[in-house]
Amino acid sequence: MSDHDYRPKSKVGQWFNDRLPLLTLANHLTDYPTPKNLNYWWTFGGILTFCLITQIVTGLTLAMHYIAHADMAFESVEHIMRDVNYGWLIRYIHANGASMFFLAVYIHIFRSLFYGSYKSPREIIWILGIIIYLLMMAAAFMGYVLPWGQMSFWGATVITNLFSAIPLVGEGIVTWLWGGYSVDNPTLTRFFTLHYLIPFLILGLVVLHIWALHVPGNNNPVGIDIKKPSKDTVPFHPYIVIKDGFALLMFMIVFAFFVFYAPNILGHADNYIEANPMVTPAHIVPEWYLLPFYAILRSVPDKLLGVVAMLSAILILAVLPWLDTSKIRSAVFRPLYKQFYWILVADVLILGYVGAMPAEGL
Amino acid sequence: MSEKKTKRRDFLFTATTAVGAVGAAAVVWPMIDQMNPDASVKALASTEVDVSSLTPGNTLTVLWRGKPVFIRRRTQEEIDEARSVKMEDLIHPEKDEDRAKNPEWLVMLGVCTHLGCVPLNDKGDYNGWFCPCHGSHYDTSGRIRKGPAPWNMEVPKYEFVNANTIKIG
Repeated sequence: MSDHDYRPKSKVGQWFNDRLPLLTLANHLTDYPTPKNLNYWWTFGGILTFCLITQIVTGLTLAMHYIAHADMAFESVEHIMRDVNYGWLIRYIHANGASMFFLAVYIHIFRSLFYGSYKSPREIIWILGIIIYLLMMAAAFMGYVLPWGQMSFWGATVITNLFSAIPLVGEGIVTWLWGGYSVDNPTLTRFFTLHYLIPFLILGLVVLHIWALHVPGNNNPVGIDIKKPSKDTVPFHPYIVIKDGFALLMFMIVFAFFVFYAPNILGHADNYIEANPMVTPAHIVPEWYLLPFYAILRSVPDKLLGVVAMLSAILILAVLPWLDTSKIRSAVFRPLYKQFYWILVADVLILGYVGAMPAEGL
Repeated sequence: MSEKKTKRRDFLFTATTAVGAVGAAAVVWPMIDQMNPDASVKALASTEVDVSSLTPGNTLTVLWRGKPVFIRRRTQEEIDEARSVKMEDLIHPEKDEDRAKNPEWLVMLGVCTHLGCVPLNDKGDYNGWFCPCHGSHYDTSGRIRKGPAPWNMEVPKYEFVNANTIKIG
């Protein structure tokens, strides 16, 4: 059944749909033929949509109480925690929501790697996904700066200084990013502005990501093209809606565990000390989801090459569909690829552990 | 249309595009330049520091342009150590004589040239400074000896206004 065959039942519906085909779109989304052999690793797209909406809603409400000024930011966050009605809840959902967002996106990315979802004809979906991931890292980094604690300040200093590795223009770029000669109030206000903007850019890219997905349709665990609609597919509603909904509930249990029982376990205690440009904390570490990249940066004993190696680790993903020339998609039927896949998983986890350790005893 | 002759229309097209591009750049530049340091930030260009209380072997840290500046009154051993280093052992070769005009006083930005952290005093393998962020070691002249930092810690423009006062900037 093609989308163009759809016609609303009511006269009013027809009148409206002829002028703005929103009902055709809704019909496309509910009837969208989905492979019926999808496993639970395919439910993270829905979970990620939930994460994005959660971050936008809690972020908007936090912005009603937060003050983006170097003298007041730290205090306003404590004000949210202590005085604002349910402020503690909204802030803990937002802060842990960032971690949950990254947890889900890493599973989503590694699912795509395992089943070859990045391969033709889904390269554009994949590249849009990488752009979303880069924007997520930018948003998370700038969000972490806003409470203006010690980790905020020194994290901002270290990350912005990455640009100073660029020959000739590097120092000028860093001064321009800071709006001064160090991270200070002008840096904070622009980070707040961009932190507010980026989620909406991500939202737009998510629409494109899903649009691009709906052209070829979903990949599936065996990675073989299916006819759609056919006996191999089920309509998105109610089958996938219910399945994604169940997975989302399971995910929300994990999310709620962190929010209610361990809200600070993923953060760093030093961020409850107000920013001090005179003292760098003894062990400065990024949030857990950036640790593997941090380990790469630190391991290379040359400033420019360290930055290049770190960025390459992400950007190489963008050309992956062309580096991998195998015609078989799923790792289920690629024994050698499967071994390398698990080596990559182990490598990322080891780098994450290395990144968390202090740079001592070398 | 197959002739290659330049037409009046081609000229108008090129001229309009060129003027449009210049106009767009003129509008974009203020949007970019507004992010550069503003007049109030630039105005805080120099600071004067009283160093009379500083005894040899101690470091005073002051804030200048939002960055810490280390003022170290060095002991004779530290000076000897800094001046006896061979140039070929240095990652960023600079003579201690050029970094500290008055050997007793070392004034430099307390900012690691790797990614901008503040190194810790009296730490590291070279008895100078150690950066806790990514493990750069600096010697008693603030020169990089080991680790990822590419350059020695920067010596800012400074002068002794009188025997007890240093003006930085």
